[in-house]
Amino acid sequence: MSVRVALHSPTGSRSFLERGLLLLVMLIFLEGTVLTLGAASSPDISAQDNTGGGHDRRDDHRGIAGSHEHTNYTYTKKAFPVLSLDYHHIQVPFEISLWVLLASLMKLGFHLIPRLSSIVPESCLLIVVGLLVGGLIKLAGEEVPPVLDSNLFFLCLLPPIILDAGYFLPIRPFMENIGTILMFAVVGTLWNAFFVGGLLYAVCQIEGTYLSQVELLPCLLFGSIISAVDPVAVLAVFEEIHINELLHILVFGESLLNDAVTVVLYHLFEEYSGAGEVTPTDVILGVICFLIVSLGGIAVGAIYGILAAFTSRFTSHTRVIEPLFVFVYSYMAYLSAEMFHLSGIMALIACGAVMRPYVEANISHKSHTTVKYFLKMWSSVSETLIFIFLGVATVAGPHAWNWTFVSVTVILCLVSRVIGVVGLTFIINKFRIVKLTTKDQFIVAYGGLRGAIAFSLGYLLDKDLFPMRTMFLTAIITEIFFTVFVQGMTIKPLVDLLAVKKKQEAKRSINEEIHTQFLDHLLTGIEDICGHYGHHHWKDKLNRFNKKYIKKCLIAGERYKEPQLIAFYHKMEFKQAIELVESGGGVKLPSAMPSQVSMQNIQPKKLPPAVAERALPQFTKGREEEIRKILRSNLQKTRQRLRSYNRHTLVADPFEDGWNDFLLKKQRMIELEKKMTEMSNYLTVPAAPPDSPTMCRARLASGDDFKAEKAGAKVIPDPNAFYNIKASSDGVPTIQVDLASPQSPDSVNMLNEFSKRGATDQGLGQREGATRDEDQGLMMKLSSAGKEEKEEGGNKNPGLMRCLSDPGPSNEDEEDEPFLP
Amino acid sequence: MGASQSVRTEHEFQDVADRTGFSLEQIGNLNKRFRQLSKNEETLSRQDLASISALDNNPLRAQIINAFFDKRNLRENEAGTVQVIGFEEFLMVMSHFRPAAMHITEEEREKLRREKLRFVFNMHDTDSDGTITLEEYRRAVEELLSKAGTIGQETAKAIADAAMLEVASTTRGKMEPDEFYEGITFENFLQILKTFDIETRMHIRFLNMDTATMRCGK
Repeated sequence: MSVRVALHSPTGSRSFLERGLLLLVMLIFLEGTVLTLGAASSPDISAQDNTGGGHDRRDDHRGIAGSHEHTNYTYTKKAFPVLSLDYHHIQVPFEISLWVLLASLMKLGFHLIPRLSSIVPESCLLIVVGLLVGGLIKLAGEEVPPVLDSNLFFLCLLPPIILDAGYFLPIRPFMENIGTILMFAVVGTLWNAFFVGGLLYAVCQIEGTYLSQVELLPCLLFGSIISAVDPVAVLAVFEEIHINELLHILVFGESLLNDAVTVVLYHLFEEYSGAGEVTPTDVILGVICFLIVSLGGIAVGAIYGILAAFTSRFTSHTRVIEPLFVFVYSYMAYLSAEMFHLSGIMALIACGAVMRPYVEANISHKSHTTVKYFLKMWSSVSETLIFIFLGVATVAGPHAWNWTFVSVTVILCLVSRVIGVVGLTFIINKFRIVKLTTKDQFIVAYGGLRGAIAFSLGYLLDKDLFPMRTMFLTAIITEIFFTVFVQGMTIKPLVDLLAVKKKQEAKRSINEEIHTQFLDHLLTGIEDICGHYGHHHWKDKLNRFNKKYIKKCLIAGERYKEPQLIAFYHKMEFKQAIELVESGGGVKLPSAMPSQVSMQNIQPKKLPPAVAERALPQFTKGREEEIRKILRSNLQKTRQRLRSYNRHTLVADPFEDGWNDFLLKKQRMIELEKKMTEMSNYLTVPAAPPDSPTMCRARLASGDDFKAEKAGAKVIPDPNAFYNIKASSDGVPTIQVDLASPQSPDSVNMLNEFSKRGATDQGLGQREGATRDEDQGLMMKLSSAGKEEKEEGGNKNPGLMRCLSDPGPSNEDEEDEPFLP
Repeated sequence: MGASQSVRTEHEFQDVADRTGFSLEQIGNLNKRFRQLSKNEETLSRQDLASISALDNNPLRAQIINAFFDKRNLRENEAGTVQVIGFEEFLMVMSHFRPAAMHITEEEREKLRREKLRFVFNMHDTDSDGTITLEEYRRAVEELLSKAGTIGQETAKAIADAAMLEVASTTRGKMEPDEFYEGITFENFLQILKTFDIETRMHIRFLNMDTATMRCGK
């Protein structure tokens, strides 16, 4: 929502200055710029930024700056002040920090009391805290600061939340339900605005309510402010109730997309409430304006999103600033959209959603984590501050309580929401394949929470044009409190009571991912056979276009070729490897591992040695491969770390974690080393060809034959940090990792390993028929191994290579033709 | 089509509609398409389906075409393939892709779920022995990634292996050392895709859908 109106604050000029500075510092904070506070308080910069404030603000500023200079001159002849107190100098940033600290501590506190947070949603508690803080300030005799200022809200507090929502927007369900979401967001909001506004006007005309001075247009304006569902409130409440994905995306999507409607309605009514009449031409202009505001916002966002994706293509050498591009481009998108009075929220959503797939493929794993954490951190602090500020603003603001107006507002909002949802669902269900049930409708209607956006819009109203502004604000606050407290607190028990389907907590398994892809292609195929082009067909077309052209431009290296399933698999693999390292790099498997079976079978603790040997065949090829990879990548990473530590560089190696971390990891490596010794038998030997279906099948199906396959290699832990896993027979892969080696991580040793495996594979391929029913120990005798070694080296398993190094796409060069005939 | 033929087909359609759950309108549309594909013959052959140009880019092309000629998808308790299918069989296969009706009970939902998953299962289980072996699963994943070039083929096996291990560990839990996982049975398949809402995902929009006639079951 945009801030278009010059501020007309009831508070004095001092707060203007404060606010200006506050805004400026917050902006700087958000931009991540490292400007000194001295620069921040220089009058030039603040005068530039506070364009909306008018002349008095600038004059004030100059006045104070002038008085500073004056004071300095008079004190020059005194003794040099050894210690002086200048609170005013640091006041603004200091107070901001205090607020942020308060918010963070509150958030921390609630999670320490699990029982409380299970009953009352966090948002309610935060509002209560805000009320208490406001009350305390008032008791102390101070003037309550106008904390929920519209500028502060729209320029600093809202963008992080929306960006977080947009960046992590679940695109698939969102696009699948886009029709329903748009229907609720556009038609539903329009209906709510006119229903509430119109009926409120009718009520105001009743004798005895003392509201006869309220006209129709202000009523409609009020209706359009109050009717929009608020994304911040919805997010806060829905995140706690863990509702199923469909309902979540319906309510949340609505709250995001109704922004354009609200912006247009707000300005339309605000424009004409002074002028009086609204002509049909204005209505048409309003519709056009709506299209421009929404589509323009999306276009601006998409442009910045593509720019961000394109920029991230070239950041492989400056990994540290990668995350910054995501934030800055998105914020620029928001500001640019606001500049043209377009929907900033839609711009942010579009920007986040467009850039994400490409940026994620380009930036390093660590940068991705940084982006994720920064977004989460900012959005959660913003959210906390917004709710606290709502409480403070309630204490601060002048109120004009009118029982009729307030109660009618609350009732009308509920009624119009219910009618709107039920009516629209009736229409929508005719077109939907998965129908919305009565329960769903209830949750959608009940989840329509109002929040701080409505308050900030009300706050923006011109006091002279709208004499009833105070009453509006009071009603808005009451409605917010009603929805957040009553609906927000009861929705959780109601969801339980109605047994509404909850979100699946389980992680996505690889089987599900396979079948998601499978189903996509299957349905596209069936649609093609049916001969009509439904949305699967178009989605397929779009995907192919994306893959063929866009990804090529926006994603660096060879990664654009990677289908989704493979990307998913690599991500999963990578996560497992990391988890394994984090858990001490040992035998214990993290829960996410899809294959406890074979692991359990080889755990030496549970089984006596004899049994363990018998279990060896059980240790399937995939599993074995996995452990190998993980162990190898552990070694790899440690070496990288060592290397980069020596160089004292951060940029060169995103895995650099500092000295302490290094020590910790080193300790882990020692542990790992021990474990490796224990496990060496299982790790080095079966030297399975990675790509032989025969082998694998045989292993899964008839493991008894494998008993002969024995450990032939050993890990020799070397005190000089020199890992040498030697093979005692030919053809068994050797892992040689020199921790202190300055060589590139993927060079010789790895290739050696791969080439040998490749040779193994080849050998097996040649005698595939023969070995099928034989003892699979045959593969150990590799006669033909040596010859092919050189030819085949280096082109094996590019995915694995990536997995081991930083996920940056740089080391894809070695991809050649497939190895197997 | 002559007048007498259309009367006859209409009568036939009603009969088929009762069994497949399609509305007469939908059947009419599908029939039109069937005629178009089979070049006005009574039966449809593999070549007819293979000639659909839109399918060329589909990595599952062969599997999808096979599914239409798979006896398991046509009648219960029969295995093997047929060479040509009539319109009724065509509808039978298509009926697996009908969306669920609005109000269905839990049992109906479960039945629908099993039906749809059975269809997918049958697509994987190429030798009709009731289990998806590792080899079959690998082939399925390979097909799925067949448009992804060399990277796809390299990774497909690893993915299938990981998926197979996942199935084994989820369905068996702990396995004894001398126990072996021979393949995914249908029960395992149900279990592993428990959270995969296939009943709300595996459907397409048939033209002129009449929601009232849609019921669960054949």
